[in-house]
Amino acid sequence: MESVLGRYRNLIVLVGVLFAQVLGLAVQVRRTTDNEPTRLIRIWAVGTVTPFERVLVWARTSTNNIWHNYFYLRGVRAENRSLKQQIERMNLEQVRMSQDADQARRLQALLAFKEQYISQTMAAQVIGSSGSEQSRLVYIDKGEKDGIKSDMAVITADGVVGKVLNVYRSVSQVLLINDHSSGVGAILEKSRTQGIVRGTAAGEVMLEKVMSDEIVPVGEQVLTSGGDSIFPKGLLVGRVTKVAPGSELFLNIRVSPAADLSKLEEVLVVTKIDERQVQPDKTGAARAVDILAERLPTVPSKPENAEKAATPGADTPRIVTPKSVAPETVSPTTATPKTLAPTIVGPDVKPRTAPSNASIGSGATTAHKSATPLSTNSSASTTKPAAAADATKEPNAQPVVEGAPR
Amino acid sequence: MAITYTSGEQVEVYRFSWVATVVILLGALLLQAFLPIWLPFVRIFDLPLLITIGFATARRSPLAGLLTGGLIGILQDALTHQPIGLYGISLTVVGFGASSLGIKLDVENAGARFLLTIFFYVVHEVVYFTIARGLVGLHMAWSWPHEFLSGIANALLGVLVFMLLDRVKQRT
Repeated sequence: MESVLGRYRNLIVLVGVLFAQVLGLAVQVRRTTDNEPTRLIRIWAVGTVTPFERVLVWARTSTNNIWHNYFYLRGVRAENRSLKQQIERMNLEQVRMSQDADQARRLQALLAFKEQYISQTMAAQVIGSSGSEQSRLVYIDKGEKDGIKSDMAVITADGVVGKVLNVYRSVSQVLLINDHSSGVGAILEKSRTQGIVRGTAAGEVMLEKVMSDEIVPVGEQVLTSGGDSIFPKGLLVGRVTKVAPGSELFLNIRVSPAADLSKLEEVLVVTKIDERQVQPDKTGAARAVDILAERLPTVPSKPENAEKAATPGADTPRIVTPKSVAPETVSPTTATPKTLAPTIVGPDVKPRTAPSNASIGSGATTAHKSATPLSTNSSASTTKPAAAADATKEPNAQPVVEGAPR
Repeated sequence: MAITYTSGEQVEVYRFSWVATVVILLGALLLQAFLPIWLPFVRIFDLPLLITIGFATARRSPLAGLLTGGLIGILQDALTHQPIGLYGISLTVVGFGASSLGIKLDVENAGARFLLTIFFYVVHEVVYFTIARGLVGLHMAWSWPHEFLSGIANALLGVLVFMLLDRVKQRT
């Protein structure tokens, strides 16, 4: 017996070790929702590897900083100039969007909507990965002691990255959206078709559960739907890159993630999502027209006879340049019209044209065109570019205002 | 590129110091987990597998080979979100197989090491795939071209890794 054991010792040990591991696997698979039995091993492994990773990341970041901040400054001036121009453009775009958002808020308030918004995030550095093609996750340098909890959403400025899976003392595991076990409630931006974004075993991202009779154009944006209670609604997930008929009744929709999941350096962990009843904005935010008007040439002083004609009585509307229109001094009916300079102010009047003479110039017309889509209160602002164009043909044209004496 | 058949008496058995073993093992795990965040293509390499094969063929002890493989695999599993034991089982098999083969074959030259690494890479992938899909029920994608290219890439890197291991191994 002893000789048999001695002869097959290696094989017996192999079988024993394999059996123990298979048994361990079976126990873990049975307790799919509870990873406590293996937590200790994971803590040891993570605790052993991540300190070195932190040191490596620190060394790399420091070297990069020294190089980029002190030595490699070529082209910074040109870049600075270009960025300033970009900021100008984005400021205008932001104002335009805030107008749209205000309108949406008013409508949501009417419908008693409750909106979700990200009220708190925490920046974290990616310090490592699982190192396996079968497990697409990264480690971040924030953990339990920083207030990170499981199932918190992780994003970048570009889009959704994943969610926090396991939290350790000072590091956390983030499961990426291209892992085959991940899932994100999603919605197509234009068609508002809902689906589930899942990763595949090959590391691709697919939008699933979209019926084959839906029309999904390539390039359409995929946003979070908020239905999974992890990701707030409206975050960019990616873009549709390929649509093909799939098995059964669903489409195979491939999505290119908005965030570069293969090169993550810094991420934001959404630590707090609030929900509130939508309140319409009553503060009177800066309007696009005001900002545009500030960039236009000012209106020169009018000739005396024109001024007299424009102010025959108390009920006659006044013409003021946008610069002089302070939000607090303008009545609500006159604050909302999205007419461009000059704004016509008066009791119960509907301004029809803006320019009183040619000095307002083509800039006003151009600006008018760009301001038109911003109109949110059409009853109060019925500017007519055609009429404005007619008015500019007459050298001493008077403002044409509905309801005002002509 | 000859894989010569040798007797048990002819093969040389090596050992590694504890310090070297721990440093190499942790270093492999660290690089495997760390490098892909900068260089995503590095993900196709499997350094813990190469270290397992390297240790096993140098020591030529099936018992040490399977235990080392099992330990490395469990640590590798611990860094993933998969159940612990997937890499553990496959590296246990690889460790045992590589050390058993190391007793019978001369694996001191680069060509033999190249072929040996390809062979055990495939064994590793097959065992992992079988366990993950059959026992745990994970969704796994098997692609022969990908496996073939990964096998070649790992074998090339393996030749270099074994040369580095040669420098720290000690004759018993």
